Amino acid sequence: MSTAIKDTQKMIEEVLEAYPEKSKKDRAKHLAANDPTGQCSTCQVKSNVKSRPGVMTVRGCAYAGAKGVVWGPVKDQLTISHGPVGCGQYSWWARRNYYNGQTGVDTFGTMHITTDFQEKDIVYGGDKGLDSALHELKELFPLAKGMGILSECPVGLIGDDIEAVSKRVAKEFNIPIVPVRCEGFRGVSQSLGHHIANDTIRDYVLGKGQLEKTTPYDVALIGDYNIGGDAWASRKMLEEMGLRVIAQWTGDASINEMGIANKAKLNLVHCYRSMNYICRHMEETYGIPWVEFNFFGPTKIYQSIRKIASYFDDSIKENAEKVIEKYKPKMDAVIEEFKPRLEGKKVMLYVGGLRPRHTIGAYEDIGMEVVAAGYEFGHSDDYKRTYPEMKEGAVIMDDATLYELEEFTRRLKPDMVGSGIKEKYSYHKMGVPFRQMHSWDYSGPYHGFDGFPVFARDMDMTVNSPTWNLIRRKK
Amino acid sequence: MRIKDHSELFQEQEYIEQFARKKEFENGPSDEEIQRVSAWTKTEEYKELNFKRQNIKINPAKACQPLGAIFCSSGFEGTMPFVQGAQGCAAYFRSHLNRHFKEPFAAISTSMTEDAAVFGGLNNMLEGMENAYKLYSPKMLAVCTTCMTEVIGDDLNSYIRTAREKGLIPNDLPVPFAHTPSFVGSYITGYDNMMKGILSSITSGKKGEPNGKINIIPGFDTYTGNYRELKRLLDIMDVKHTILADVSDIFDSPNTGEYKLYPGGTPLVDAMDSINAEATIALQKYSTLKTMEYIGKEWNQKTAVLTPIGIKNTDKFFEEISKITGKPVPQEIEDERGRAVDAMIDSHPYVHGKRFSLVGDPDMLMGLVSFLMEMGGIPVHIVCTMGDKKFEEDMNALLSESPFGADAHVYAGKDMWHLRSLLFTEPVDLLIGNSYAKFLWRDTGTPLVRIGFPLFDRHHLHRYPVIGYQGVINLVNWVVNTVLDEMDRKTMNTTSFDVIR
Repeated sequence: MSTAIKDTQKMIEEVLEAYPEKSKKDRAKHLAANDPTGQCSTCQVKSNVKSRPGVMTVRGCAYAGAKGVVWGPVKDQLTISHGPVGCGQYSWWARRNYYNGQTGVDTFGTMHITTDFQEKDIVYGGDKGLDSALHELKELFPLAKGMGILSECPVGLIGDDIEAVSKRVAKEFNIPIVPVRCEGFRGVSQSLGHHIANDTIRDYVLGKGQLEKTTPYDVALIGDYNIGGDAWASRKMLEEMGLRVIAQWTGDASINEMGIANKAKLNLVHCYRSMNYICRHMEETYGIPWVEFNFFGPTKIYQSIRKIASYFDDSIKENAEKVIEKYKPKMDAVIEEFKPRLEGKKVMLYVGGLRPRHTIGAYEDIGMEVVAAGYEFGHSDDYKRTYPEMKEGAVIMDDATLYELEEFTRRLKPDMVGSGIKEKYSYHKMGVPFRQMHSWDYSGPYHGFDGFPVFARDMDMTVNSPTWNLIRRKK
Repeated sequence: MRIKDHSELFQEQEYIEQFARKKEFENGPSDEEIQRVSAWTKTEEYKELNFKRQNIKINPAKACQPLGAIFCSSGFEGTMPFVQGAQGCAAYFRSHLNRHFKEPFAAISTSMTEDAAVFGGLNNMLEGMENAYKLYSPKMLAVCTTCMTEVIGDDLNSYIRTAREKGLIPNDLPVPFAHTPSFVGSYITGYDNMMKGILSSITSGKKGEPNGKINIIPGFDTYTGNYRELKRLLDIMDVKHTILADVSDIFDSPNTGEYKLYPGGTPLVDAMDSINAEATIALQKYSTLKTMEYIGKEWNQKTAVLTPIGIKNTDKFFEEISKITGKPVPQEIEDERGRAVDAMIDSHPYVHGKRFSLVGDPDMLMGLVSFLMEMGGIPVHIVCTMGDKKFEEDMNALLSESPFGADAHVYAGKDMWHLRSLLFTEPVDLLIGNSYAKFLWRDTGTPLVRIGFPLFDRHHLHRYPVIGYQGVINLVNWVVNTVLDEMDRKTMNTTSFDVIR
């Protein structure tokens, strides 16, 4: 075992001292020193298991995964938060999944629609009200292409049959009405919500859309939620390569696009964690191959578009090279401008689905090093993909608590931390430069050639803001 | 290097062409169809349909009980809000408050999952208490429930007792609790339940000699500026006071390069002694109903509910404080009143006769309507998703006090999609609401004054008081300058584009 790994493990042990015995033992399995080779058995973290009660986990719930991530951004369906008012309110337009359309007329992405359960609904069941609610919505929003019923905790606990209501009303309206059993108490994090949502896409929407003609270059862009327009920046590159993007999930997604993805020649998966399930299904059922890609930062972009092109004929391969040739000078200029100001700076990342690994290359492009990374709701396959991206001895942390994040920050002294809104302001108080890496801190896009300059600019403004130096620290 | 982000990038021709190409796969309605339906949503016919709905809320100005409960409990010294329930709820409450205040907010949950749904949440409670106490060293753990806990029927009292018996938390650690199911009431109810839970628990057995202080309960008040203003005013009056749930430092702490889990809050010793005060005054009615009833019955104190928003309400506030404490209102405050009235008189021509729509929390709406009518403004639509019949009555009584209230209609329990219809069929000059009201601003073009909760899209507004005479000046500022901004926009290319207004 190397010194770097030993030192990190010692540090982890120190941090864990504060926990009661049982939690200490459990948390120890989720924290490790990185071994890029994957040879060191104690360097593998355990993941996707229940959080300890009372430790301030950063995780959310299945509803957050199904509604907030997967179904919420589908723009032309009415997404109903079925249950009490809170869950829909707190997840209301928080992820900035941009879309085009006239909201309230043909698109509904920025709306919060809820059955607002009262005590009587708990006692007598919420299904009757749900049936009427669907009829009321149909009248008010005749252009909606579908409806999604996303169930909150009480729905599952009282045993409402939302599937029966959906089935009956869908027949009447002749549009998909998708019951999504994503009650928050299910599973251990958002992750189960993604899986449940994928299963409902498979059962209710996939294969049911209209596409007049197909071409050999049809692809589906899957697992891009178009935060700050990410998917549009990605789509632009794919189209320049000569590919035809017939479906875009689920940022700016329409029900029809989700219904025709099975006609693609290749599925392109950005957020593997949230969308691998449906891609595996399409592979098994329709024989469509899928490929993971990473559009953060030029190094990974070049690799990814070449990888994608390798699935197609020479014309696409040539186009990929042309695209690289076209944008490389611009990317080099971005690096030339920002690298001198960011060279050697250390980054700590604690985010969701793909960012703890996908953004590492982009940071490296501008001279920064990721010294710690972790997932709120990653699985072992996410970590396996992460180990090789990072240096030996870097900290790997699964389901980290606020306490651990603070302690690792004190010890590792990163120049910048990228995490979520719940962590943002405690870092501000600590005087540690911070970037909200779920919603790009209301900036973006960060994907693609158009996104990288924005990413570099934002990291520079974070690390090099003069405001950090104004803090008068208590001695 | 000039870098374009989303605000410019997607206006560019190549993206506009991309969006057009994408439409081929969207199978959307034709432009004519969209225009037809869009126009129809603005009609009287649509409004009727919209108001007929019974079973669905669309864009409600409402959130659930535990948010109010943890907000309340965070206002006590060293207190960790403890959510017995699923972890997603706590994550949502935290992020909601983070986004409004731009401040950290700590709360823990017991991460209940399927096994708790079957076997109950006792194990989660016990381990949660042990971890929270060891890791976060709280002086008080304030427990509230979520939907899940309430549906499965966890017995909090016995769970907490078990945690003490097992030595997981010390016997003398205060652990008040409140039942806060999200399918009852809203965050104002949750605030009330938790306030009552904390006060009844920590003052138990503490009745003694009168301490000569007055208690103030601000209610679910998200303006940190209000708390600071309140303390400043009571200090000027030399009134000894205890603010119960003082959240000002929790949501507005100085940056010293150190993150503190519990900055400020009402000292527990003062909170325990609140039972011995001369009087308790609540600054909000609807978020303190049960608490004030409890104090009135059990503490044998004078109680009053006074919402010092606008001149008349603030006058009444000081008169009552003066009456209760026997201390006169000092000249300094009288001067502030004079300055506030001066500001109103200077600005009144731009507000007089202007028609307003308002959406928000019940207490805030009562205060704002009173203030607007003092300025000669005309409230037209008053939408309160969290309001009930009693609120409707109270608001109508207030409206009947002024000729400017004659055009108003109160919509208790309605939401912002109802208001959208109203704004199209019966337009107004200005809209007052929270950040989500900006969708109404965009759809209808009605200028928006951001007052209320949550305010996600404008920074620092909550740092200014809306209570007291200084609060009046801030309200005048926000309202009249929105009117002037709009005038500038409308007269931009006319002869009326003035520098002096």
